Amino acid sequence: MKNIPISAAIGLFLTAMYFVGAIFAPLLAPYGMAEVVGDVWEPSSSEYLLGTDNIGRDLLSRMIYGGRTTIFVATMATILSFTTGSILGFLAAVLGGWADQVMSRTVDLIMSIPSLITALVVLAMVPVTIPVLILVMGFLDATRVYRLARAVAVDINVMDYVEAAKLRGEGRAWVIFREILPNALSPLVAELGLRFIFMVLFISTLSFLGLGVQPPLADWGGIVKENKDGIVYGIGAALYPAVAIATLAISVNLVADWVLNRTTSLKGGRG
Amino acid sequence: MSEPLLKVRGLKIGATVYPPGEKPHNIEIVHGVDFDLERGKVLGLIGESGAGKSTIGLASMAYGRGGVKITGGEVWVNGRDILKTSLKDIRGLRGGEVTYVSQSAAASFNPAKKIMDQVVEAAVEQKKFSRRQAEERARALFAKLGLPDPDKIGERYPHQVSGGQLQRCMTALALCPEPDLVVFDEPTTALDVTTQIDVLMAIKEAIQDTGVAALYITHDLAVVAQVSDDIMVLRMGDMVEYGETDQIINRPQKEYTQALVSVRSIEHEEKKPTPEPVLSVTGISARYKGLAFDVLHNVTVDLHPGQTLAVVGESGSGKSTLARVITGLLPPREGEIAFAGRKLSRDLAGRSREDLRELQMIYQMADVAMNPRQTVGTIIGRPLEFYFGMRGAEKRKRIIELLDEIEMGEKFIDRYPAELSGGQKQRVCIARSLAAKPKMIICDEVTSALDPLVADGILKLLLDLQKIENVAYLFITHDLATVKAISDSIAVMYQGRVVRYGSKSQVLSPPFDDYTDLLLSSVPEMRLGWLEEVVAHRKMESAGH
Amino acid sequence: MHPIVKLVSQRFALGLLLLFGASAMIFGLTEALPGDAAQAVLGQSATPESLANLREEMGLDRPALTRYFEWLGGILQGDLGQSLTNKLDIAESIGNRLGNTLFLAFWAAIVSVPLAIFLGLLAVRYRNRWPDKLISAVTLTTISIPEFLIGYVLVYFVAVKLGMFSPLAMINDSMSLGQKLNAIALPVIVLTMVVLAHMMRMTRAAILNVMQSAYIETAELKGLTNFTIIYRHALPNAIAPIVNVVMLNLAYLVVGVVVVEVVFVYPGMGQYLVDHVTKRDVPVVLACGVIFAAIYIGLNMLADIVAILANPRLRHPK
Repeated sequence: MKNIPISAAIGLFLTAMYFVGAIFAPLLAPYGMAEVVGDVWEPSSSEYLLGTDNIGRDLLSRMIYGGRTTIFVATMATILSFTTGSILGFLAAVLGGWADQVMSRTVDLIMSIPSLITALVVLAMVPVTIPVLILVMGFLDATRVYRLARAVAVDINVMDYVEAAKLRGEGRAWVIFREILPNALSPLVAELGLRFIFMVLFISTLSFLGLGVQPPLADWGGIVKENKDGIVYGIGAALYPAVAIATLAISVNLVADWVLNRTTSLKGGRG
Repeated sequence: MSEPLLKVRGLKIGATVYPPGEKPHNIEIVHGVDFDLERGKVLGLIGESGAGKSTIGLASMAYGRGGVKITGGEVWVNGRDILKTSLKDIRGLRGGEVTYVSQSAAASFNPAKKIMDQVVEAAVEQKKFSRRQAEERARALFAKLGLPDPDKIGERYPHQVSGGQLQRCMTALALCPEPDLVVFDEPTTALDVTTQIDVLMAIKEAIQDTGVAALYITHDLAVVAQVSDDIMVLRMGDMVEYGETDQIINRPQKEYTQALVSVRSIEHEEKKPTPEPVLSVTGISARYKGLAFDVLHNVTVDLHPGQTLAVVGESGSGKSTLARVITGLLPPREGEIAFAGRKLSRDLAGRSREDLRELQMIYQMADVAMNPRQTVGTIIGRPLEFYFGMRGAEKRKRIIELLDEIEMGEKFIDRYPAELSGGQKQRVCIARSLAAKPKMIICDEVTSALDPLVADGILKLLLDLQKIENVAYLFITHDLATVKAISDSIAVMYQGRVVRYGSKSQVLSPPFDDYTDLLLSSVPEMRLGWLEEVVAHRKMESAGH
Repeated sequence: MHPIVKLVSQRFALGLLLLFGASAMIFGLTEALPGDAAQAVLGQSATPESLANLREEMGLDRPALTRYFEWLGGILQGDLGQSLTNKLDIAESIGNRLGNTLFLAFWAAIVSVPLAIFLGLLAVRYRNRWPDKLISAVTLTTISIPEFLIGYVLVYFVAVKLGMFSPLAMINDSMSLGQKLNAIALPVIVLTMVVLAHMMRMTRAAILNVMQSAYIETAELKGLTNFTIIYRHALPNAIAPIVNVVMLNLAYLVVGVVVVEVVFVYPGMGQYLVDHVTKRDVPVVLACGVIFAAIYIGLNMLADIVAILANPRLRHPK
């Protein structure tokens, strides 16, 4: 953790802030999530720091609770996508043969349709609840993680040190967990950040389209949807989520960049 | 005395490095070098990797590759200091007065353009010749360089000709604008030894016929001895010794030069075969999955305990495939392998742990043969743990013993591979295979990626260890000097077949078959006039037939 | 057969296969998931009897495979079925909207492609200096904000505060081209910003990759001018990756369109799809899904074919 560049430090700090905010939302928010406290679209004041929303709820509280929902859904979907994607990707790389073929061709097929379109088709059929959203987003995104994990593992699997382990007589578990995994971790960790950002954007988009988190539960995409009509009257309430999403995404990006740089340079060594 | 064509004074070159976890900073890689080159002469620049020889060569065109910058000194070409002239003037110099031949012609030719367009480009752009004149010159050069079908070859694309041919095309590219100086940067290093000799001869004749001056950069002293008038020996960016070729080769003054000259002169007395071979390969034929033809044809060889069998051949000869078959990674289509008195299963899955332990392998690229996330201690300790169940203090004691055996010592136990030099990495790989207490080790080109002096150290270590541990080596290599240095018996492979096999003295004494003759006579020897002798000999022979 | 013809026809066949697979997958999803068209019409509180009756009426009681091939056959003949909610012919409703969507995507491409290539070249030319860093910082920001939010930020600052362009992109056939372009100005800017970042970054990487090749060094050592080096040696090799990048990002545009249309209430396919997903109008969702998938698969296929055609090793085999 020494020598952490300033950009990564800022990114790490802001990311941590967002997560702390998400976890302690009920303690931090000045008002309740769905509590109507004032008039419609009141401007910001000492009472309502960001003003009020389209039905008079405190916008700051909505933003804090919204962040909690958005970050929770995105985190769960990222975990789902990551565990499924990387386990299947590693398995495909190590097993090879028909198992690899079946999995890889299925992934090709799923990825031949934009994930937003597939998500819309699924959400047209089933009731939109938070577990459903997490499952749909997680599984659709697992295809990308699968491709990366498989590619990384295939690259490592042909390295001489893996061959040396096989020639030594090591079992499959040793090869996966001791030879391949430690070397595959750094590109995957960097990807973890990017996937998380993508999930935040994805859930926000779905909520904005009315197919994500359902009211009265707050989330960043939903806040835009609720307050978008104010924009033509010059009321910027719908734009606060833009600031929140952008700063979170950029912070995570900065951290991911640092992780990637730090770990790839370790492999190069002296040349 | 007239002004030399190229005059270099106090040349200093720096580079920006990006070490992991640190801020990028500048280092000096050439620390003030002086030399002169007269018109029509050839100067050899020789040194190991990191000596700065290529960097100096490119400095004569005022060019720095990547983050490399010329930081001081003077480079005079045709009477002007090119480090002080305008960019426009330098453009006139590059490709006009001074041209360049790189190590990898395959990468240096633009894949999207025909060879002829690229060969004449500099001559036409620099207004030295008209397009038609330049094409005529190019065709003449193609013929002079011994390229097949010199009138038509220019119409082809780079990927449509072989590596050796493309290297000659690159020489034509450099000579086409009628330059005063050509920089040859390891032009034959990437080629097989039998191809190298032809390209080398073509380059030498072209230099002589055109009267051009040349800087010839290589790590191989025997090669540079054939083409240059003077030699400068470089080490870590400093000049070590500078003199006439004859003096450098025959009467080197500096210790480092003496070491370079006497490289691969390890003496090893051939041992007699024992009654029981440790490895017996009988009638092996093998092919890769999905291929309809064999890459190994009926290979039969024996290896005796405590001895070395060298398997020698050029790229594509099947020597590495043989190693894969013996290890069980590629099950043979036909034939049997007997090892330590028992029959080995065809594939890896069918072999016992004892089989695996007694048959170890060392790889060419030590960097990728070790897990970068494991320490030296873990790497060497794993076989101890895996085969002998060693733990804790006992294991550590044995690791330290092994580190001592490879002349590295305890202080390396917690280092990561990235912190080791190339030679040290290979030593750790040797220790890892010794840890298994094997009867036999397959060494696959273990010294080819190393500098000559480091390679020598590895070979000496392997021979010493053989005496102590009585381990047999199956030594796969393309380098005949290595073969002579360490083997007891030799198998020469060509296109998947063993064309000659026997004890070292048998294989290396006449009468030879055609291929072995070609191979043996193509290995550059460290003496003046060797190239002419071989070529004259070959011309005579082909005239006789 | 010339190997390039073989490779291109293979890639084409793969595209058709993917298209077929994608249609099967979209149809299969609507089958496998709980709920169907009858449920959607009658709602959650419907009795089992009424559901069964309606299913029979709509032909939903027949095997899924039969219905899939009927549906696929219909699509091939231009029959996309009937909407559940308004009983209109889907093909008719889509026709006009598809045109509008393509109109929007077309203008977004016209603006973004040259701009992305120009900025990519600029970033390479001033690599690691301030223009490069500025471009990369701005594009990083646009990547980090969802399309719809970029849209509202623009509406707020440009349309509302500055009073330029319309916050709603309503177009109809009676408008002149100029009027239409004025109407779609903001959505085009949003789409441009969204794809520009990816396209510019990938273009930059593709050009850098070519500029670091050994043959560019050879060209430099021939004493050629920068312009000649780029024009004669870099460009022939960079065109393929750049065209590839452009195609991939145009495919990405297809997704961006869906959301942007909703923001600007633009009468296109995306708006139509989202509306009917909310209404659970399965036949419309199926039809739109297949059309979007087809465009996406087609552009991806074109990207690969361009890469094959531009490879000199394949064009001039040994």
